[in-house]
Amino acid sequence: MSDYLFIVPLLPFLGFLINGLLKDRLSKNTVIGLAVGSVGLSFVVSLFLFFRLIGLDAEQRTIQQVLFSWIPVGGLQLDFAYLLDPLSAVMILVVSGVGFLIHVYSIGYMAHDPGIKRFFIYLNLFMFSMLTLVLANNLILLFIGWEGVGLCSYLLIGFWFDKKSAADAGKKAFIVNRVGDFGFLIGSFILFWSAGSLQFTDLMHKAPEVFAVGGGLVTAATMCLFFGATGKSAQIPLYIWLPDAMEGPTPVSALIHAATMVTAGVYMLVRLNFLFVLAPTTMLVVAIVGCATAFFAATIGLAQNDIKRVLAYSTVSQLGYMMMACGVAAFSAGIFHLMTHAFFKALLFLGSGSVIHAMSGEQDMRKMGGLRSHLPVTYKTFLMGTLAIAGIPLFSGFFSKDEILWQAFSSGYGHPIFWLMGLITAAMTAFYMFRLLYLTFYGGERYDQHVASHLHESPKVMTMPLVILAVLSVIGGWIGIPHALGGGAWFEKFLEPVMVHAPKMEAAEAGAGVEYGLMALTIALVLFAIYMAYVLYNKNIAKAGSLRESLAGVHKTLINKYWVDEFYGAVIVRPVVNGSIFLWKIFDVLIIDGIANGLAIITQDMSLTIRRMQTGQLRSYLAIFLLGVIAIIAFLVVR
Amino acid sequence: MAVPLDYFVILSAFLFAVGTVGVLVSRNLIVMFMSIEIMLNAANLALVAFSRRQMLMDGHVFVFLVMTVAAAEAAVGLAIIISLFRNRESINADQLDLMKW
Amino acid sequence: MLVFSVAAIIALASAVMVITVKNPIGSILFLIMSIMAQSVLYIMLSGLFLAAFLILVYAGAILVLFLFVVMLLNIRYADLGADKLGKLKPLAWVFGAALLGELVWVTMGATSTLGEVDPLFGSVPAVSRLLYGKFVYPFELTSILLLVAVVGAVIMAKREW
Repeated sequence: MSDYLFIVPLLPFLGFLINGLLKDRLSKNTVIGLAVGSVGLSFVVSLFLFFRLIGLDAEQRTIQQVLFSWIPVGGLQLDFAYLLDPLSAVMILVVSGVGFLIHVYSIGYMAHDPGIKRFFIYLNLFMFSMLTLVLANNLILLFIGWEGVGLCSYLLIGFWFDKKSAADAGKKAFIVNRVGDFGFLIGSFILFWSAGSLQFTDLMHKAPEVFAVGGGLVTAATMCLFFGATGKSAQIPLYIWLPDAMEGPTPVSALIHAATMVTAGVYMLVRLNFLFVLAPTTMLVVAIVGCATAFFAATIGLAQNDIKRVLAYSTVSQLGYMMMACGVAAFSAGIFHLMTHAFFKALLFLGSGSVIHAMSGEQDMRKMGGLRSHLPVTYKTFLMGTLAIAGIPLFSGFFSKDEILWQAFSSGYGHPIFWLMGLITAAMTAFYMFRLLYLTFYGGERYDQHVASHLHESPKVMTMPLVILAVLSVIGGWIGIPHALGGGAWFEKFLEPVMVHAPKMEAAEAGAGVEYGLMALTIALVLFAIYMAYVLYNKNIAKAGSLRESLAGVHKTLINKYWVDEFYGAVIVRPVVNGSIFLWKIFDVLIIDGIANGLAIITQDMSLTIRRMQTGQLRSYLAIFLLGVIAIIAFLVVR
Repeated sequence: MAVPLDYFVILSAFLFAVGTVGVLVSRNLIVMFMSIEIMLNAANLALVAFSRRQMLMDGHVFVFLVMTVAAAEAAVGLAIIISLFRNRESINADQLDLMKW
Repeated sequence: MLVFSVAAIIALASAVMVITVKNPIGSILFLIMSIMAQSVLYIMLSGLFLAAFLILVYAGAILVLFLFVVMLLNIRYADLGADKLGKLKPLAWVFGAALLGELVWVTMGATSTLGEVDPLFGSVPAVSRLLYGKFVYPFELTSILLLVAVVGAVIMAKREW
């Protein structure tokens, strides 16, 4: 079985290679067929590997395939090797499965775009990088995938590169990611220096001996690694690229910025859980940052008018939940939420893409309304997704989000404050998602005649993935029903071999009664939030306007995203730009060019002087010749 | 002979100096060339004197070969002067300055 | 001693005259005279073969060649232009004097009277014994050199190809 592992990332890579090299010689349909087909096959192989993995005993579920020895230098031994264990199995299923659905969707969405071939080439490259990331057996190969997805993110966000805002957004994403990557690298260096290896299974065994609990080294390494994760997973302080990334095509937003790339940070944290549990300080920081991000992003999402922006901030917020889960050592809960979030967020984005497609490109919700009757399939699937993200019982989002809230409250690393913030955020999530739903699909039609004439339900190739994802959003949570509700908690059990038992976890064992109570409280608050959204945006939309005026100051802050971008621009970007202008004008032009030109001028002047010796006159040459002879004789005589 | 050896060598030195000055001072090629011949001769004289002192005949053979080479050199040098004269109608050495910067 | 002084003075004076005469023919004739005087000096040094060789080859062939060239091309010294390197003249005298001084100083104090030699020293058999014995390689090489020189001279002096 270990021989087949490499096929999973190889297939999209081949798709990328063939399509990329022969782009102009293949027809559009061939390119699409290759691209989508390779991902589909990859998913099938992933399924196959998953079932084989289940067939093994729990302790033996670790399979590695070494492709070749990549960097054997001194004490560093890195192989290009893939690792299949429960965690990576879950990840490849999610990545290739959701990825495949989005590829199918893109066939319809990008059908009229002239750059469609390029789109699929980039998408395949992305799939390869992401699969390498989750299958890597060592930190540096993971980093290769990490960088690869960052690159594809840049390429795909700036897909319509002749639009300046898109090109800028692509650059912003890449640069902000790079800032985080610096932390990632420093963290890996510290790890290698202290533990001597970067391979996951090695580190897992060596970590307890090499690092003291709460010691300086492991805390420093994990903090640096977490900083890298904040860049990739859009947490505070490096989340600023994600809302701008909505400039890219909607399938890109669905795939990269909802389901897969942004989850790479969470994956990395979970993969290295054995390190993080040794650094309680870092765990606290992770939990605080995750919680704060979730809350903060949700507040911004309340006031946005662009349908995709709301979803973008929602993504940041949900990622905050996942990070918070990791921070309270509920790693499997984090991955569980990652999976369900992939389902419903991809669904929501693709649904919004369907809406935008139908509205001939309109993205402002204030100009939508009443689309329920015109886009029935889109509406129904979107409703499923909204119910899931709001955390309505029986939908997938309910189980995963509730698990996180429960762990935040009861875990040895948790604190009631985390739970409270998470609870309020859940309410806000429900509120803004239903606001989105009501504004888009209900109420009066606020769009003009031109748009109305083109209004049509999306083609089957776009709606089929929506339907599949809607089904998954409903049933996807059923594999992780906790014990308290009578379920088998299969998901958590499945992931157990990958996790290390956190030291403080045994401490808290609040009873099931508390769990029920908290669950009920969450449901009540969520229903109340939905009711509020109904009142404001469905029953009487004028009320929303008056509310906005009465809270004008708050609204202005929210809609301007707390002016964070402007703050960064003034405090960080401006000084750096000025610094480089200074270096350029003063240092480079004056000093370095001066030295180079000066050397040339000196040589020139010297040669002008020396060449006077070349008189061409026989007699002067003879005179100098003779002078030399006299000198030599004198030397010999004197000696 | 009652003539000491260094008289011959000093004479050779004088001749050599005369030849050197002649090469540097004169402007025309013919005199330059002849001054070179004077110098060669001075060297020959010194060689013979020293060979006489060492009682070895090697010096004489050396002089023989030097004179042969001088002959060859004279032939080629004169050929050069002839072609130069043909081109420029003058034997002024100062006019041969095409190799200047 | 007398012979030496006379021969020496003639040789030196003629050499100086070579440089200073206005007439190219005069220069060559003075050089011939210098050669003759040096030949006498050679005889004083028991270089009998070389003395004859000097007259035959040097005065008789090389300088006659000079003479032919000068006459053929009708060279006159008066046709020369201005002296571009006028500054060189005093410098040349200085150099000459320096060289002379050095060479004289080297030989100073190395007085030695010449000893007796056997009568066959410097004669033709002695020279030839060395020439074809120890120095046969240089001899052969010199003949090749002469060949090259002849060919070169012919090529250089041809009027057209």
